[in-house]
Amino acid sequence: MKLVFEKSVKDRQGFKLPDTDVPSAGALKETYLRKTDAALPEMSELDVVRHFTQLSQRNFSVDANFYPLGSCTMKYNPKFTEKVAAMPGFADLHPLLPQLKGGERYAQGALEVLYESERWLSMITGMKAFTMQPLAGAHGELTGIMLMAAYHKAKGNKKKIVIIPDSAHGTNPASAAVAGYEIVTIPSDKKGGMDIEKLKSVLSDEVAGLMVTSPDTYGVFNPQIDEIARLIHSVDGIMYYDGANLNAILGRARPGDLGFDVVHVNLHKTFATPHGGGGPGSGPVGVGEKLEKFLPVSRVTKDALGVYALNYDGPDSIGYIASFYGAFGVILKAYAYMLLLGGDGLKETSAHAVLNANYLLSRLKGAYYLPFDRVCMHECLFSASRQAERGVHAIDIAKFLIDKKVHPPTVYFPLTVKEAIMIEPTETESKETLDVFVELMLEADELTRKDPGAFKSFPTTMPIFRPDETKAARELKVNYFASNA
Amino acid sequence: MDIINHYLYTKEHEWIDIDGKTATVGITDYAQSALGDITYVELPGIDGQVEQFEQLTALESVKSASDIFSPVSGKILEVNDELTDDPGLINRDPYEKGWIAKVEISDEEEASNLMTADEYRSYLESLDRNDGGAAEAEE
Amino acid sequence: MNPFIANTPDDTRAMLDAIGVKSIDELFADIQPRHAPRSFDLPKGLSEFEVTSKLNTLALKNSVGPVPFIGGGYYDHYVPAACGALISRGEFYTAYTPYQPEAAQGTLQSLFEFQSAMCTLTGMDVSNASLYEGGTALYEAMMMAIRITGRTRIVMDGGVSPIYRKLIKSYTHNLHFEFVEAPLLHGQSDRALLKKLVDDKTAAVILQNPNFFGAIDDHTDIVTTAHASGALVIESVYPVSLGMLKTPGEMGVDIATGEGQSLGLPLNFGGPYLGFITTRKKFIRQMPGRIVGETVDSAGNRCFVNTLQAREQHIRREKATSNVCTNVALCAIQAVIFMTLIGKQGLKKLARLNYDKAEFLKAQLVKIPGVQVKTSAPTFNEFTVCLPVNANDVIERMMHLGFAAGFPLGRYYDGLDKYLLVAVTEKRTKDEMLAYAEVLGRVVKELQ
Repeated sequence: MKLVFEKSVKDRQGFKLPDTDVPSAGALKETYLRKTDAALPEMSELDVVRHFTQLSQRNFSVDANFYPLGSCTMKYNPKFTEKVAAMPGFADLHPLLPQLKGGERYAQGALEVLYESERWLSMITGMKAFTMQPLAGAHGELTGIMLMAAYHKAKGNKKKIVIIPDSAHGTNPASAAVAGYEIVTIPSDKKGGMDIEKLKSVLSDEVAGLMVTSPDTYGVFNPQIDEIARLIHSVDGIMYYDGANLNAILGRARPGDLGFDVVHVNLHKTFATPHGGGGPGSGPVGVGEKLEKFLPVSRVTKDALGVYALNYDGPDSIGYIASFYGAFGVILKAYAYMLLLGGDGLKETSAHAVLNANYLLSRLKGAYYLPFDRVCMHECLFSASRQAERGVHAIDIAKFLIDKKVHPPTVYFPLTVKEAIMIEPTETESKETLDVFVELMLEADELTRKDPGAFKSFPTTMPIFRPDETKAARELKVNYFASNA
Repeated sequence: MDIINHYLYTKEHEWIDIDGKTATVGITDYAQSALGDITYVELPGIDGQVEQFEQLTALESVKSASDIFSPVSGKILEVNDELTDDPGLINRDPYEKGWIAKVEISDEEEASNLMTADEYRSYLESLDRNDGGAAEAEE
Repeated sequence: MNPFIANTPDDTRAMLDAIGVKSIDELFADIQPRHAPRSFDLPKGLSEFEVTSKLNTLALKNSVGPVPFIGGGYYDHYVPAACGALISRGEFYTAYTPYQPEAAQGTLQSLFEFQSAMCTLTGMDVSNASLYEGGTALYEAMMMAIRITGRTRIVMDGGVSPIYRKLIKSYTHNLHFEFVEAPLLHGQSDRALLKKLVDDKTAAVILQNPNFFGAIDDHTDIVTTAHASGALVIESVYPVSLGMLKTPGEMGVDIATGEGQSLGLPLNFGGPYLGFITTRKKFIRQMPGRIVGETVDSAGNRCFVNTLQAREQHIRREKATSNVCTNVALCAIQAVIFMTLIGKQGLKKLARLNYDKAEFLKAQLVKIPGVQVKTSAPTFNEFTVCLPVNANDVIERMMHLGFAAGFPLGRYYDGLDKYLLVAVTEKRTKDEMLAYAEVLGRVVKELQ
């Protein structure tokens, strides 16, 4: 498809601006002005609408396709939450209004949304307090690590190391490193859990904390998690809960009760806000009592009269971690979702997420190798190692599925399992959809026996064939104008 | 997998060709094949000092990045500028045109810490090769 | 009844049979009784109608009624209806990160178009596919300069947003960087002071244009000074102003960054917003965040993929250039739709409207006895006025009279209690501005 710049025709315009109703202010000094105009496209409104509508049709999406991307919780994004977020009383609200003197009164509704969202998430995760500010999961991680550092600094602890299991998301070590910590990686044991003996062997007074995803990225809830927490606490370490997989345990277990000191949750996973093609996300952070005073400013407060306010006065706070109060438009959607489901609905969510994943596990384990053959939580982890022996790799099976209009599961993650295929169906998919997927996966397996060579040409029904990623990385054309200048 | 008989090797799959005081360093056929199409070579600075088995430079392929370690200690004399425009040289000819750097050897004894071609061959056989691509899960 | 779960009791039974367990609870056996929640005391769920109605009540408690003259980096620009309509397509907003390029050409091509538009807008070579928001983008730009130069001293111009500066301060609290600040002189960057402060340990000079107080500048000479010491220059910019103002590229700036909210995104009480970074081609490997690149498919047709992923956290883990994982793809797509609608001529006209209107209001305000503009520095669509009374008191009274009068600089600066930062966009009419000036004059008089 042509680019907007290639469709541009001089003197077209897609939006009508008002005529000026004030006199011209005259010219600015030349030194302040740009010499050439920005080469933005010139198109009529219809042509713009058609261009982007056609582009959108070149995407898979949850609205149109089953999207069992492991670890990403691609559940349905309820439509009514979009309507809520677009309400002018929220969408047009200026973030600096409540920072005027006495200005909180102009934003009571918005502050209530933030305050109540914090309370819901605190109850769901068993934490004492939340900040809604982090703008994504990785941003939540960084915030959590900064809280960890502030705690140790306040206590005069000399800490250097953050422990992370090898099955963790790449953001965990990246976040800890950005905050200045050294990373020690713990391998998984044969069952996929953290190797507790290895953990004991690296425990020391230099350990600042442990970052864990629970259930972990193998889809397994580690029943020894409370024992792990005890070990980390014995060296005054902080237990960090990566909430990537919270969708599995709503109402069944709470990180706070399990011994975690700080958590982040991904509203764009568990709380059904849309992924937007890769953001905006939202990664609120919750803490137990010992970290509360370090939370970023501002904090939302509520007084005895039910009046909400912003408190910027935190002598122990780590300070600002975002310009404002978080991805408010995203928070609103998550809040609306929680209100609709209520406590029972949330618990039911996890029940069916886990049921759906186990159903897929039981149906596919004949054809695909299961590295950890046991009940799973909300996602099941297979390996295409058998198919790989026939020359067909996980990525080839992914491309087969694309041709069948199903978004592939996550492939090659976790890194510790060869040819990994991680499937997370979520609770919002019906049995019929799961059955269709199972049939496709079995068909793919069948094809690896009959005609393994066929896979290399997949997909054939999409707008493009397989792209040359090497060329993209070697030639690095990332700007249309770079070669048209 | 090609292995050149008179070169020495490291466990991280670098090779070294010693000519008097000068050592030419590159990565092995096995390494280039495991990495896939190499898209970028970060060349080390000339005159820089490296220690044996410490990081010399880094390579990128489409979905992975790998640190390259120096098989010997010494001063960097020369780097292969051709790799800047054509990183694929390493894939096509890892042992000759795809060399990465030349190092002035500071301690000849260090060669005893390296593997001979035969030792490297058995080392490769002992490795269980992972064909995995890149991870795609995220926050 | 949960409308988001399809499984009926019959489905559930059939699935449990296939799994070989009797109940869903059995699947949770690893979660032992001692792990059970100590409390899960949450309200019962509501219907869609009840939730919508409850939230509408909350929305109505927010004051979006008063005519807004507040900016501070976040502006009340008009969002064309087509922007909202197009990004409301489920194919865009319910997709995920384009890791399977064959199934994500829509997102990928849109992001490539976004990158290209940001490059031509800022006059730079390369752009990433967006970051969280303007403040965190500035922090990332600073970290990028530190990686490129291997130096750790940062010279911060006094015109940089105080919000961004507070944010950078908390992020770097545990890292060993040196920060020096160069206060403004007559409202613009203090050349002589910057020249003194930039040395061969300086990684970057951080500037903002227009600066937080509204003044515009040509930073070309500062770039020359910085480059002479081997330091980079980072400039945080306001995209709409680039419809007329000299670009970071034209000034020789190394890294341009900023907040893209003005490109068709609603104010949304602070987010989601749109951070961006554009830079010189030679720095592309040090640029954080996702980048979309052009390539061809196996049939030789042009297509788009995520590229340079080897720099990112899911490959490099603790060695990644940044821990950033998410961009704000949907906001970036919204911005490129906006830039396409407004077009080359429209952006110029939009910038001009903002400038002319702000100048008109400025001229009205200085007619009020006691109200002054203290510097002669030119401004774009926002300017600082000094009142004869406390700015907070004026704002409070004017709110009751139907105007969000501006932002009180005393909120972030000691000694600036009488200073008011006033923003004007294309949405403000002459009548609104005349009424604003009239009411401000009255309120100032009352308070004296």
